[in-house]
Amino acid sequence: MSFSTELMTGAVLGGTPILYAALGESISERAGVINLGTEGSMLVGALAGYAITAESGNPWVGLAGAALGGALLSSVHGFFVLWRKTNQLATGLVVLFLALGLTSLFGVNYVQSTINSFQTIDVPLLSKIPVIGEVLFQQTAPVYVSYALVPLLWLFLFRSRPGLYVRAAGERAQVLTSYGRPVRLVQMLAVIGGGALAGIGGGVLSTAYTNAWFENMVQGRGFVAVAVAVFAARSPFKVMAGAYLFGGAFALSPLLQVRGVGINQFALDALPYVLVIVVLTVIGRRGTSPAPEGLQAVFEGGASE
Amino acid sequence: MRQRRHARVGVVATLTAAVMAVLATAIPVTSAGAATETCGKGADTVGFIFVGPKNDYGYNQAAYDGAMALKKKFPKLKVLTAENVPENDDATRVMESMVSKGAKIIFATSYGHLDPALKVAAKHPDVCVVQQGNFIKGNVPDNAGTYFGTVYEPVYLAGIAAGKATKSNKLGYVYALPIPQTIANINAFALGAQSVNPDAKVYTVATSAWCDPSKQADAANSLISQGVDVITQHQDCTSTITKIANDKGVGVVGYHADASALAPKTWITGSQWEWAPLYGDIVKTILAGKFTGSEYNDNYRVGYKTGSNPFVQSPYGKSVTADTKALIADKLKEISTTGSPFAGPVKTQSGGTMFPAGDIPDYAAIEAANTQFVQGVVGDLPKS
Repeated sequence: MSFSTELMTGAVLGGTPILYAALGESISERAGVINLGTEGSMLVGALAGYAITAESGNPWVGLAGAALGGALLSSVHGFFVLWRKTNQLATGLVVLFLALGLTSLFGVNYVQSTINSFQTIDVPLLSKIPVIGEVLFQQTAPVYVSYALVPLLWLFLFRSRPGLYVRAAGERAQVLTSYGRPVRLVQMLAVIGGGALAGIGGGVLSTAYTNAWFENMVQGRGFVAVAVAVFAARSPFKVMAGAYLFGGAFALSPLLQVRGVGINQFALDALPYVLVIVVLTVIGRRGTSPAPEGLQAVFEGGASE
Repeated sequence: MRQRRHARVGVVATLTAAVMAVLATAIPVTSAGAATETCGKGADTVGFIFVGPKNDYGYNQAAYDGAMALKKKFPKLKVLTAENVPENDDATRVMESMVSKGAKIIFATSYGHLDPALKVAAKHPDVCVVQQGNFIKGNVPDNAGTYFGTVYEPVYLAGIAAGKATKSNKLGYVYALPIPQTIANINAFALGAQSVNPDAKVYTVATSAWCDPSKQADAANSLISQGVDVITQHQDCTSTITKIANDKGVGVVGYHADASALAPKTWITGSQWEWAPLYGDIVKTILAGKFTGSEYNDNYRVGYKTGSNPFVQSPYGKSVTADTKALIADKLKEISTTGSPFAGPVKTQSGGTMFPAGDIPDYAAIEAANTQFVQGVVGDLPKS
């Protein structure tokens, strides 16, 4: 496999967990709620996905459990932020630490388990296409599901009535209220749906990518997902591109190392994070502010409303 | 070992430590007794602290298993254990609490537990405190010591099996950080492979983390797509790489624990901890009142040459031939007596001399020399 093909394959493989979580965070933020607990939802999803796959023998059941786990954790965030009016950023971090503790505690028994994980499936015909086939169509089933999820979410957000409610909740909550729609409920459902997707992202990490559970195994990819959602303006197709960009940044280091390229390992480690700063700088310079109106208060120090 | 601090710091650890700290302060600490002739004589209780969970499939589990084996060997001995003990003053409090419960022997099993262990030793001359893997600089107190094995010796033997198994002559090594112990392992693995297969090359990937399964997966996939057909690692958590290699039909050489069950198709061999004999001998020495002045009242390093190395070979997989096993048995005999994994000539990656022809370096010389890769290792160490 050529260097570029391998890099792109690695980008899709490593980018998919980030993609799921960033799509989830996009829905939540569209509704006006930032969830820094995304990392926590991924952790819960990684453990739930792994543990339930180990118990049931079926990774699809595991992935469903991952979605449920991520949703449950994000509902804690949603409850405090929406009903108790706590600060969104601080609450998200607290929820993350809660998840870290709980998953370390309950995950201990699954460190040594083995699972029947998702295997690579070559899509007939499509996988034979040079380069594109290797990169996109020699992956695991959850990767293929994500290809369908991206346009579906776009349709949901921009072409469906519930999607309109979600966006209205984030942009102009008063409008939604005057239509007689319960703003908080819409926001809560968006947060829970976002958490479910982050949970699936974590589940993909443990059941389709690493085939393992270890405490704190998400290692910051949930925060990367939040960054992707922000700089991709919470738009599903842009989020997909952003997630693959970071998947590629993570995959680059070992690719260079096995070829004996003499670059300091610590410099390579910093690459994904340098990339965040560069991308945010470039977007910031354009002067556009794509954040929903409802989120601006969060950044300016006010409580969410 | 220093690495555990990074891998295991979690909320659970903090909570455990907090609970321990509360317990420790709640129980009055017994005052240090008058200086006794020697520590721990006739002790009825021993305490163990671990930096990680007791079932991590790796370093901490091995130490825990060693502690449990003491119960069998000394039925009257009470064994106290504490998991997830951080490498800071919390460790001091946990050990103090054990002392107040009657422990006269303390095993502090992580690299960073040394300073807290020395504090406890200074306060309680009647308690023997031994530490696993670190090094006491300067004067060694009468009631303290460190101990460790020579990990690169079984790794060298595993390298022989890998050198015999490879068809592409490309071996893969996933490691975390370029610390001397890891560099020695990679070099020993390469030298072992080259001793039976001069064309064997070891391709290295650093993950900068002791347990980041995603990075491990990326590393394993990159190595395999370069044609590597035998893979090994120096990581805290080892199952990701083991399972990926097995799924892709790539040979596996293990580290820390016998993971052959995870790679039924491609397991070759590996290295793993077996602390029970050494723990047993240390405790026996202490109970007899002979600790002070013994080899354990020092920085004790044991290898195949000097005693029973606590780092041993893992069982062989089914693909390993009888010839290879016999060859490794011969090499084991050789490095246990007159030889060394680093017997000269050993050349550095850049072509310089690490050990000249005919040189049989001792353990100290090997520890000092392993700051760079040997010839045949592909990879770059960060310049400091």
